[in-house]
Amino acid sequence: MTRPPILEVRDLDAFYGDFQALFGVTLDVAEGELVAVIGANGAGKTTFLRAVAGALPVARQAVQFAGQPVGGRPAHEQAAAGIVLVPEGRRIFPSLSVEENLMIGAYRRRPGPWTMARVFELFPALAERRRQPGTNLSGGEQQMLAVGRGLMANPDLLLVDEISLGLAPVVVRHLYEVLRAVTGQGTTTLVVEQDLSQVIRVAQRLYCFRKGTVSLRGRPDELPRTQIAAAYFGV
Amino acid sequence: MQGVLLGGLYALFATGLSLIFGVMRLVNLAHGDFSILAAFLALVVVQAAGLNPLTALVLVVPLMAGLGWLLQRAALNRLLGRGLLPPVLVTFGLSIIIQNALLETFSADSRRLNPGGIETASMRLGSVSVGSLPVLTLVTAVLVLVALQLFISRTALGRAFRATADDRETAALMGIDHRRLYALAMALSLAIVGVAGIFLGIRTTFTFASGPDRLLFAFEAVIIGGLGSLWGTLVGGVILGVAQTVGAKLSPGWGVLTGHLVFLAVLVLRPEGLFAPPRRVD
Repeated sequence: MTRPPILEVRDLDAFYGDFQALFGVTLDVAEGELVAVIGANGAGKTTFLRAVAGALPVARQAVQFAGQPVGGRPAHEQAAAGIVLVPEGRRIFPSLSVEENLMIGAYRRRPGPWTMARVFELFPALAERRRQPGTNLSGGEQQMLAVGRGLMANPDLLLVDEISLGLAPVVVRHLYEVLRAVTGQGTTTLVVEQDLSQVIRVAQRLYCFRKGTVSLRGRPDELPRTQIAAAYFGV
Repeated sequence: MQGVLLGGLYALFATGLSLIFGVMRLVNLAHGDFSILAAFLALVVVQAAGLNPLTALVLVVPLMAGLGWLLQRAALNRLLGRGLLPPVLVTFGLSIIIQNALLETFSADSRRLNPGGIETASMRLGSVSVGSLPVLTLVTAVLVLVALQLFISRTALGRAFRATADDRETAALMGIDHRRLYALAMALSLAIVGVAGIFLGIRTTFTFASGPDRLLFAFEAVIIGGLGSLWGTLVGGVILGVAQTVGAKLSPGWGVLTGHLVFLAVLVLRPEGLFAPPRRVD
């Protein structure tokens, strides 16, 4: 890794009440990288993203962002600092139009390259339906809107949870191409994914989670598929 | 006609209640008492500075807004995420505290704000003669609602209000601090009820214990109009006002009763209110 890490996670434990969901997770993301966390259902992927985004209380020192300890800060502070999560299931605001959903992304007015015009360039389908309620869109369009809303925040680190959820493979492929382009334009991206087939083609590095721990890490082109499968399923 | 104008006052009371319920699903049982508190504050300002009650608005409204902000920050925000009941209990307690504080400070006498003539002045609208004050009240109510509607639908802060009402957690992921927003909503709510309290105080006499009645009427207006719909709140206020006025024409004692009956009829026939926005499916 030549570029400096923007996100450093060290020995991260996370709990839901008495239930421990993450056990000593350590992970780095360098500036400008597209990193994927893969794993089966219940491996702790979503918990991990929520912990980084501030939706879950964790130890302050466990999450370092741009050299600062930020673990456990509330979500709105993380967003203001540049960590923005595109949540699982898209979570479009139903009372807001497509345009307004995007404008909510820009609520903190962080300066940066992403504007509504550029998001519409990225997803022309959204521009055509800008005045419609956000929840009138198809699943794929809603996912585009959720990603666009996240980009409007001009994040230094974009977290994307399960972008493929409930979408057709051709749509998922398109969305990952877009994420690759977004990363190419300088926005560091960390995605969490259950479905390996698509993400493996665009991710520069891979972490595999199993039962709340990291079971494998490396570059996708250097890891044999059998080894990934073993880390994924634990066989 | 009288009823429509009375409805303006009820709509002013109901707007603040509707706003905070819409934004944070919180029922403020001290809402009526805050309006009476505002009326007493205006009384103090009027007596101390010799101002006209309508001029006193300039002082009382920001004061009420500050109080609302403080209330939300210091008390109600601490109860978030513990269900519906704790804030209900806290505002119920607050209602009693305000009433007793007012009793201690201002005694049990009924008071009135004297605006110097406008309360008895009238104007002609076509063939009917109507009181200037009720017209002014209705106009104020409509202006407040228009302003609030524009604020909610057009400004960045208004968008944040709607997003937070939809989905607080996702709004936080977008950088929205809901505690701050809630404090602003409560400030706005009490500012509006401050206006309502002063108009009430000019229109009629009030005592330390006038709050709960106001709360009841405000609730009825909100329910008739439909929860979460600002224009519904205006219509609800007007329907309630008309019902009470018509009832009182039939027999002086029937005014309030007729209002309650109309409210119950709406509750039975259309429990979601006349103008409720379609329910979210999620």
